[in-house]
Amino acid sequence: MSIANETARPAVDWRSVEVTRFRKRRYAADRRLQFYGMGAIVIALGLLAILVTSLISTGYSAFTQTMVTVPIELREDQIDREDPFSANWRTILRDSLKKLTPELEASQERDYFALFTNNAQFLVRDQVVKNPQLIGTTVSFTFPVADPVDQLSKGNIDRNQPEQLRRVNDVQIAFYDKLSEQGAISVPFNWSLFFNADSRFPELAGLAGAISGSFWALLVCFLISFPAGIAAAIYLEEFAPKNRLTDLIEVNINNLAAVPSVVFGLLALAVFIGWFGMPRSVPLVGGMTLALMTLPTIIIVTRASLKSVPASIREAALGVGASKHEVILHHILPLAMPTILTGTIIGLAQALGETAPLLLIGMNAFITSPPAGFLEPSTALPTQIFIWADSPERGFVSRTSAAILVLLSFLITMNAIAIFFRQRFERRW
Amino acid sequence: MNALKFAAAALVASTAFAGAAVARDQIKVVGSSTVFPYSQAAAEEYANKSGNPAPVVESLGTGGGFKAFCGGVGPDHPDVTGASRAIKSSEVELCTTNGVTDITEALIGYDGLSMAVSRKNDFAWDLTEEQIFRAVAAELPNEAGELVANPNQMWSDVDPSLPAFKIVVIGPPPTSGTRDAFVELTLHDGCDAIPAIAAIKKDNADKWNEVCSRVRQDGLFIEAGENDNLIVQSLESDPNAVGIFGYSFLYENLDKLKGVSINGVEPTFDTIADGSYPVARPLYFYVKNAHRGVIPGLEEFLAEYVSDEALATGGYLAERGLTPLSTEKLAEVRDAVVTGKKFGM
Repeated sequence: MSIANETARPAVDWRSVEVTRFRKRRYAADRRLQFYGMGAIVIALGLLAILVTSLISTGYSAFTQTMVTVPIELREDQIDREDPFSANWRTILRDSLKKLTPELEASQERDYFALFTNNAQFLVRDQVVKNPQLIGTTVSFTFPVADPVDQLSKGNIDRNQPEQLRRVNDVQIAFYDKLSEQGAISVPFNWSLFFNADSRFPELAGLAGAISGSFWALLVCFLISFPAGIAAAIYLEEFAPKNRLTDLIEVNINNLAAVPSVVFGLLALAVFIGWFGMPRSVPLVGGMTLALMTLPTIIIVTRASLKSVPASIREAALGVGASKHEVILHHILPLAMPTILTGTIIGLAQALGETAPLLLIGMNAFITSPPAGFLEPSTALPTQIFIWADSPERGFVSRTSAAILVLLSFLITMNAIAIFFRQRFERRW
Repeated sequence: MNALKFAAAALVASTAFAGAAVARDQIKVVGSSTVFPYSQAAAEEYANKSGNPAPVVESLGTGGGFKAFCGGVGPDHPDVTGASRAIKSSEVELCTTNGVTDITEALIGYDGLSMAVSRKNDFAWDLTEEQIFRAVAAELPNEAGELVANPNQMWSDVDPSLPAFKIVVIGPPPTSGTRDAFVELTLHDGCDAIPAIAAIKKDNADKWNEVCSRVRQDGLFIEAGENDNLIVQSLESDPNAVGIFGYSFLYENLDKLKGVSINGVEPTFDTIADGSYPVARPLYFYVKNAHRGVIPGLEEFLAEYVSDEALATGGYLAERGLTPLSTEKLAEVRDAVVTGKKFGM
């Protein structure tokens, strides 16, 4: 319909029935479009709500842990002051546990001791080795109960079920109730979820190894991808000639950003571990693999933010006699930095949640001590979730959800920092 | 090539200093995901008792474990691998080619494979291996003895004594060792009970193996992925579904699930140990003897793994679901592991 046609037509009667109907239809279409958008948002929020609700409803119970407080007699004749480590801690612990329940019969001992975490003796030992002045006194120790008892206290085990169907038998329930009456049982916040490393016992398993593993891996990832990404972007944006080669590089960088992460994992397995002979399961290799993934994101963000700095600033600096590197380092880069940081943080947040490449380089191993540096084997948060999700013990079901919540809260924090940077420091031109 | 390698390594020199095979102070255990929880337990117990660095335990599957284990001798290669079957001759060859000639085999116990249904299901499930095969096989012989796609839709089609539920079986995927064991220990036996298929075995063993190993793909057998907890959850939400997984998952969830008896035998520790429960497999670990005395703590870790506290009846591995060995057999295994008895290769 050309303009000439339009003018040739007789004047439109805007109040006629057809035109009114036409106008109504158009308004209705506007409203429909708006409703579709709102509907989409409701669906998205609804799915998010379902995810978070299901995680919280299964995971909240892992944030508390049933503990028992037992006075333990540290007799000098049983513990050598010079070498407290090799005392017979099993006997020391069991003697004190027996005193807590004097009516214990020999036939019930096995059931009774199974109420407490299997590693209680080691927890007591480590405390005493750290504080040898405790020897010769009676000290109250608080340690977790075994997972089935924890489930009982949290109401996940039905007392009315027949005995053989429960992981705690009637004798154990009777002892538990008695301890509870004596006030020995408490259900405090589960700090060990954050300060313990992994364990095969859910009551002792925590995320310390995974959190520090993720920290070291992200640190390595940042140290490699941030400088390399910025340098590459500066070269491509400021120095590189426009020719086929740089076009090709640009296309490849954009492609790399879309490569599935498992491919980077296979590459790392073949090159870093196979070729360079670096050790498996260490955060250094994990960080290098994640850096491969994060690098294209950082290059793309940096180039975009360098481009968005107005030409007038560059020209003004050149005009007062600044050299090229002075223009870039003193003027362009500082002005672009907030956007670069925002992009970097979002890239790192993505790397934090990445699982597939870490599985390939062995960061899904079972390790009971947190790594002291980036050369010690460890897991990462997403791989720890992967391991726990596959464990048969009931306690790991809630711990898996709790670990996911912890990972999500790290992601939210990082994204919030990114948004803060953007709001606070970004200059609009 | 070497110069190129050097140049590439120099490129990442700032980070690759760790590259050159450093001596390691942790023990490395790889192998089957079924043996993983037991190796985990022994590793944690060893680290707690000795105060030494915790061994690193990685689940690579039985085949993946042997691949890494047989890769060579030295700190880059694992010290111990777990296996849910004995080492194959091809793997022995791989080991020999790479200089791994002195290994010790240790049978640590048995793992029961269980079928289970939700407790909400009232029927007293007791299946024969033939009934299981007839329910999940891809092809069955018809009356004329020709192989046709499995026509059974309901358990009552398999056998009139079974309830009229739709067949829904949730089991492990083909990549899993649990699936191998299920095929070998249940389906093959059930297959032999059908005369028309047993006849094939004589003429064409490959054909027999194919017919007896293939599971139906029409949606009645659901592959649930490697995560056994997911199967447990699906069983809870569908009371008519039958699940297949390791016995430890049934044991942990006895309040929600009940075991399906096979040939009249219920899965329990006792029936798995005495061999009367037909679907059980042996579990092993293999040790590289060249690493003894080189990797610190390896000897002590092995001693912990085969100690009475771990492996005997009532030991902590039994608490995790392992079906223990007899006392004499355990003593024999312990002797072999402690002295480093060379596996006949």
